[in-house]
Amino acid sequence: MSTLNGTQARVLPVWQGRVRMRVLSKGSGPNLVFFHGPWGLHWTPFLDALAEHFTVHAPEHPGTSPGANDDIYNLDGLWDLILCYEELLEQLGLEGAALVGHSFGAMVACEVAAAYPRRAGRLALIDPIGLWRDDAPVTNWMMLNAQDLPGHVFRDPASAAARAMFAEPQDEEARVAAQVGLTWAMGSTGKFIWPIPDKGLKKRIHRVKAPTLLIWGAEDRLVPPVYAEDFMRQIAGARVETVKDAGHAPHLEQPAVVAELVRSFLRA
Amino acid sequence: MKISAFHLMPHRELPQDFEKRYPSVWVTPPWWELADPARVGQYYNWTLDELLFAARAGFDGVCTNEHHQNAYGFMPSPNLMGSVLARATQDLPVAVVQMGATLPTSNPPIRVAEEYAMLDCISGGRLVAGLPLGSPMDVNLCYGITPMEHRERYREAFALTMKAWQAREIFAWNGRYYQLANVNLWPRPIQQPHPPVWVPGSGSISTFDFAVENEVCYCFLSYSGAKSAKGMMNGYWDVVTKKGREANPYRAGFLQLVAVADTDARAEELYARHVEYFYHKCLHVPAAWFAPAGNQDYRSLQATARNPMRRPENPKELRYRDFVEKGYVIAGSPATVRQRLEEEVVKGLRVGNLMVLLQIGSMPHELTLQNMDLFSREVLPSLRGFWEDEGWVNHWWPEKLRARSEIQQRPLTLPSPPMGERVREKVASSPHPSPPLGERAG
Repeated sequence: MSTLNGTQARVLPVWQGRVRMRVLSKGSGPNLVFFHGPWGLHWTPFLDALAEHFTVHAPEHPGTSPGANDDIYNLDGLWDLILCYEELLEQLGLEGAALVGHSFGAMVACEVAAAYPRRAGRLALIDPIGLWRDDAPVTNWMMLNAQDLPGHVFRDPASAAARAMFAEPQDEEARVAAQVGLTWAMGSTGKFIWPIPDKGLKKRIHRVKAPTLLIWGAEDRLVPPVYAEDFMRQIAGARVETVKDAGHAPHLEQPAVVAELVRSFLRA
Repeated sequence: MKISAFHLMPHRELPQDFEKRYPSVWVTPPWWELADPARVGQYYNWTLDELLFAARAGFDGVCTNEHHQNAYGFMPSPNLMGSVLARATQDLPVAVVQMGATLPTSNPPIRVAEEYAMLDCISGGRLVAGLPLGSPMDVNLCYGITPMEHRERYREAFALTMKAWQAREIFAWNGRYYQLANVNLWPRPIQQPHPPVWVPGSGSISTFDFAVENEVCYCFLSYSGAKSAKGMMNGYWDVVTKKGREANPYRAGFLQLVAVADTDARAEELYARHVEYFYHKCLHVPAAWFAPAGNQDYRSLQATARNPMRRPENPKELRYRDFVEKGYVIAGSPATVRQRLEEEVVKGLRVGNLMVLLQIGSMPHELTLQNMDLFSREVLPSLRGFWEDEGWVNHWWPEKLRARSEIQQRPLTLPSPPMGERVREKVASSPHPSPPLGERAG
């Protein structure tokens, strides 16, 4: 256990020790697991706001933890990944925790909740991927030129949140680390969704038993908000909250609003 | 050395404003707006005729390659083309160089091993088996292979291919990506233990290691010439030395764009617009597509981030004279081309297996034949002897064709494709008619 940006960091080995998962934890209160999106884990004001009410555990997707980059090659597909997360939750001693996820991470949270319904007490999905509509295809962000990415993820690519995620530091080492980290995070998550992010969730989603809240940025340019209807239709009792003035990452563009939505849903 | 004619089979008539109107020549160019199947049939037949012309004109090999959803070169199945070439060159000492069928996009990949074995049988043992990784555009974007699995799939398929050609017993392949319970290839290649293998690369250090460890010919299929390839090829030769192998020049292949005319000035008149068409339209692809996330391993990614590929210029802003001056294209009189090829490519990069691209972009059929004809008469004979005096063996060439090519009777009559009459007529009226046999000794 060590500290990192005010969080407790620990590395837990899963998958016969061949995948090392680092988990950042902070706060107190009921347990909440946060599954980050395709651009890596950033400890943001949104997570700090949640940590005021919950014990937040944020695992890093396999391959995205420092020094464990090649661990991603030890997973062959989504089934392996979901089993890893189940092993991780077991090691953390979490059953019935709140699962909160963003984008790719929301898909993973939903898959875990479908495969192991008792692991998920409540489920909050922020602009999740995982389903597919021919009339509203999900944009493949891995095909975008680097300079076009912020404008697709954020409503306002010039916002502080966008600049924080897609920073280009002046310092050479920091610049290399940021660029490599971002690309590797996209590659390590992309491994489970290429070339179309529909890997069968539609066959399993009915198994989700947890009360579910969907949160969608009204101006999501990657995953059109129309997908909220598909999730609501297939998860019993799910409801949706649309966040104004936000794109694919509403928890970063409107952190206070989204943190309050999540808090009040989990406290209900 | 061995000199082969390479062909991309491009769309030769893209609209003038193509690169402004469309985001990419690859993956997304709209077929219905840009192409006509009957006309494309003509391109395929021109391509075959041009390669057969090269075979008859004295080139050592003819090369085809695989690309998908792509106006800059669209032979989705190079083996269909190679099959025609193998059959039509049966009387010639010419290698059929497949550069080649792409393993990760063939499922199961033993399909490539089978088709190559067929080509080796049909050609009487004249196949060079190119086993490319395939570009990210082809493999990841068009064929849906996960970028992070691309290289792993390739390496597994490569090992499976080599074993499938050579195994005496039927075997089971319980791989990570491929599972086959009864591998028992029919047919097997004539060349034993297997046809010579060439692996194209683009400078990744892990491919250098792979090429040397597997004893294959490493080929750089470059569009930016020898000057910018120098550092990279030096890196390759360093790995060859470090791993204790001889610096046999036949371990290296290189592709060079070449345009020959009577004089340097005439070359500019004839070829400038085709060269510019090639670099401005045929290579019009969004940068991100060359390296989708996960395609490069972590180590290579760090190396690339630290030393971004230095591209001091944007090819879209260059004109013919820039391309020639910088060596992207070697163009000019026979003397100019001979001298630059020898200095910059053959000696400069230590290349024993040279490939030349003589049909460039929009270059029409007749002009392509002129270029090939002049190259074969005025350039090829003087280069062919290079490396001979050093006594290296070209282990990466079909054994029956390894001996120095003697000047032989290669009648320059073209085959009879559907438009054969028209083609023959054009050849006959070419300003560079085929010379009598002896002149080619040069």
